[in-house]
Amino acid sequence: MNYEAVIGLEVHVQVKTRSKMFTRVEAGYGRAPNTLTDPVVLALPGVLPVMNKVALDAIIKAGLMLGCEIAPVCKWDRKNYFYPDSPKNYQISQYDQPICRGGFVEIELPGSARNVMGEHKRIPLTRIHLEEDVGKLNHETVDSLIDYNRAGTPLMEIVSEPAMHSAEEAFAYLTSLRQTMIYGGISDCDMEKGQLRCDANISIRPAGETKLGTKVELKNLNSISFVRDGIAHEIKRQVAVIQAGGTIVQETRDYDGQTGTSQSLRTKEMAHDYRYFPDPDLMPVKVDEAWKARIKSECPELPFDKQRRFIEQYQVPYTITSVLVPDQELSAFFEEAAKLSGKPQQVGNWIVNDLLRELGNARIGLAEAKVKPAHIAELVKLVDSGTLLSNAAKDVFVEVFQTGDSPAAVVDRKGLKAETNAGELEQWCRDAIAANPKSLADFKAGKDSAINGFKGFIMKAAKGKANPKLVDETLRRLLAGL
Amino acid sequence: MSTDLNIDHVANLARLALTPEEKARFSAQLGDVLGHIEQLRKIDVSGVEATAHAYPVFNVWADDVARPGLPVEAALQNAPEHRDNMIVVPKVVEGE
Repeated sequence: MNYEAVIGLEVHVQVKTRSKMFTRVEAGYGRAPNTLTDPVVLALPGVLPVMNKVALDAIIKAGLMLGCEIAPVCKWDRKNYFYPDSPKNYQISQYDQPICRGGFVEIELPGSARNVMGEHKRIPLTRIHLEEDVGKLNHETVDSLIDYNRAGTPLMEIVSEPAMHSAEEAFAYLTSLRQTMIYGGISDCDMEKGQLRCDANISIRPAGETKLGTKVELKNLNSISFVRDGIAHEIKRQVAVIQAGGTIVQETRDYDGQTGTSQSLRTKEMAHDYRYFPDPDLMPVKVDEAWKARIKSECPELPFDKQRRFIEQYQVPYTITSVLVPDQELSAFFEEAAKLSGKPQQVGNWIVNDLLRELGNARIGLAEAKVKPAHIAELVKLVDSGTLLSNAAKDVFVEVFQTGDSPAAVVDRKGLKAETNAGELEQWCRDAIAANPKSLADFKAGKDSAINGFKGFIMKAAKGKANPKLVDETLRRLLAGL
Repeated sequence: MSTDLNIDHVANLARLALTPEEKARFSAQLGDVLGHIEQLRKIDVSGVEATAHAYPVFNVWADDVARPGLPVEAALQNAPEHRDNMIVVPKVVEGE
């Protein structure tokens, strides 16, 4: 029997703010333990939480970018539980009134080849709400150590509908969601720093069945490839259990990316009872049209929209756009150079091949690079006009990259200007024809490639500075007259 | 309504170890509270908008400006035990 997997993802994304969600102590990562706390974080008696305006702006932006409906009014609830990651014994969250509902994440599945755009799909979202992150427990041999630095960091929970059917789709979903958050400046989504975390709900059912099977929650998917591997592994495990005549038990499993295995986390049969109730310390949030309009005006073009536009407006190949678009800065660099030069394809090639190679070699980011869009545009023009030969242009680019000098200045300094003196070029062509009677005979006999016999001679005479296009034209003109 | 009350479950959620006498006493008290709620439920509130607050104040927030927090020594001073500037707790696995 064939089985269909049904996957829903719960993604937690830390919002990039300076201070915490409900208090103004600094939010940060990688700091000495328990140095980012204050009385609110530690839940000392008498404290009151106060919302972070920027975190609210950020979740509204996330909602608008993902096509969600923004609730006109929403409130805060306490999610009660006992676990030392929360000093309050509750987490401030949103229960029945999330700030965002609906919406979708556009995903792209792998194409038939690397240079072919894959199928696009919309994965519907259930909701996005805002809450506070909890502290981090470090489990040692006999006890656990708590660091509350992370506690209180603004955290969005983005819940998808159970609408994905393969590990590839889940991978594409997470990749796209991450990209969107980064584009919006909402989060850096560094999974190693825990800024994006993912849990997956996975079930299987016989193909064609509409009822959902028993779901298993997979935790600890702490890299995007672990998400893909973990889900693929879980689907296989469930199919094997069913095929062996077993049944799927509702449970939480922990995926170990290093070993590619998962194990059941011992949990009580009883469902969690968090006894949510409205937080009396926090007043509700009211989002009016003006606020939404302001955030809307700050939303950037979505990555896939940009990619479609680049392909249409600049006629650049898919492969080039799939390198440019994930990097907002690089996309802007491309667009500026493309507009300046009017030759977007060439600009795309320079950026994707030469610029990225040099950035990699120098181990620097684009912002630190001395080469500017105007340099690329100038280089493209020099090559296009025949002033600079393609081979030499590669070296010119490296020099521009290293010095920040204009390509024209580098060409002058290195004496790389292609020979365009028509008289001199014609003389070289005549010499070449005279020196190669065999090529001449072959050419006249109809063998077009024999023309190459002359070109080597000319390039040698011109010390590589002759423009191949001009050489070809001149040769053909002279040969036609012979 | 009071028949829905499972005192063992409620006590467990609150991490309270109750004696049989306490269970009986609190069952009765909580039962009275639930009875009161039952009375409230009889009131017709169909024309009243639900609210979590009695006073219509919205959007109480602060600008995102970070300020220094507590020194680590102060943050740890109430902890019965700490090591490596972290609070020591018994090893507990989530969900247990």
